[in-house]
Amino acid sequence: MHWAIETLVAFIGGVSFSVLFNTPTRTLISCGLVGTSGYMVHSMYVGFGGDPVQATFFGAFVIAIAAHLLARSYRMPMIIFSVSGIIMLVPGSRAFNAMLNVVENDYLSALSYAGEALMISGAIAMGLVFAEVFMQLIFNLLRTRKSKKQASL
Amino acid sequence: MVQTGETRRELALDCCLLAGRLMAEGGAETYRVEDTMERMAASQLMPKSHCSVAPTGIMFSPSDELPTRFVRIRSRRTDLKQVALVNAVSRKLVAGSFSLQEAYEELMAIESTHTAFSFRLQIFAAAIGSGCFLLLFGGAWPDVPYAILIGGIGFIVTDRIERLTRIRFFAEFVAAVIIGTLAYTVIFLGFGEELDGIIIGSVMPLVPGLLITNAVRDMMAGHFVSGLSKGAEAFLTAFAIGAGIALVLSF
Repeated sequence: MHWAIETLVAFIGGVSFSVLFNTPTRTLISCGLVGTSGYMVHSMYVGFGGDPVQATFFGAFVIAIAAHLLARSYRMPMIIFSVSGIIMLVPGSRAFNAMLNVVENDYLSALSYAGEALMISGAIAMGLVFAEVFMQLIFNLLRTRKSKKQASL
Repeated sequence: MVQTGETRRELALDCCLLAGRLMAEGGAETYRVEDTMERMAASQLMPKSHCSVAPTGIMFSPSDELPTRFVRIRSRRTDLKQVALVNAVSRKLVAGSFSLQEAYEELMAIESTHTAFSFRLQIFAAAIGSGCFLLLFGGAWPDVPYAILIGGIGFIVTDRIERLTRIRFFAEFVAAVIIGTLAYTVIFLGFGEELDGIIIGSVMPLVPGLLITNAVRDMMAGHFVSGLSKGAEAFLTAFAIGAGIALVLSF
């Protein structure tokens, strides 16, 4: 799919899921943008021949960083911005294929799809946590610098 | 208005518990609920408060002398606006721009005049979201209108049955069965191209995205009780959807 159409589709998808999660009206656009950024990172990484699990990790990482920054500027909980982005990375097609193969009694392929889905969910979790730690380190660094400056004045 | 210490402390306690309950019901992370309640308590001269939040109830001990209180959380839904509103109230209370009485009235107002997007807009969003997901998962363009239609129907069915039976997993199971049947019918009549694309897209509005995210974050923050129970809830929902689709596919 052409990347411009893909961006547009990801944006519309992000906004419509924010409506389903009932986010405050003035954050709808930013929620859509967070989702788009995460999905674009994911699809670019896959497009350049990367592994889907790593792609999901980087996508979730970008989403969480963007959500943290927006949460600070809007003074709202971070979860408002992260959820509609994260749902785009949920391994829906793999989970579906795993289930389809279980129904067809092909347990071997079902296991491999399920394993992949599990790895991708794990990658989402790792991306979220790494971003959180990263942001905390940066904010702590900024805070200590600020307090040192004030102390020296 | 001068209040005696006792009633003021009661009001502060009620205020903290109400804020915590509203946030937990709206789908906030456990650590955020605890953090908000402890900050509010600290601003109301109860610095040594302890609270323990689980998806089914909140225990709150304001100080060594005052009695511990417990509130039950009965309904849980995904309502991020409620979380944001309560968060704003608690910020104002802690910053001192709201008095305790004002904050309590504001919280009561949030609880009673609950504003969501209109149901029609939600159906529309679910339908459009289904279409978008079909494309994002690499589906075919001719399938988009079917995914939009079936996704919308699936969302309506879930909502109606959940109101009727009060059992969410059953509602999701029935919705999944209906989505599977409709998608299969569309393919059988020769209109659509890929069965799995339509089903994956239409099922996405039912997927418990908030629960999965929250479960992971709670677990990582060390809230194992909340993390495991939210994970179990997400798993049950996913299982209900999967079983519904599998039932259709197995025929």
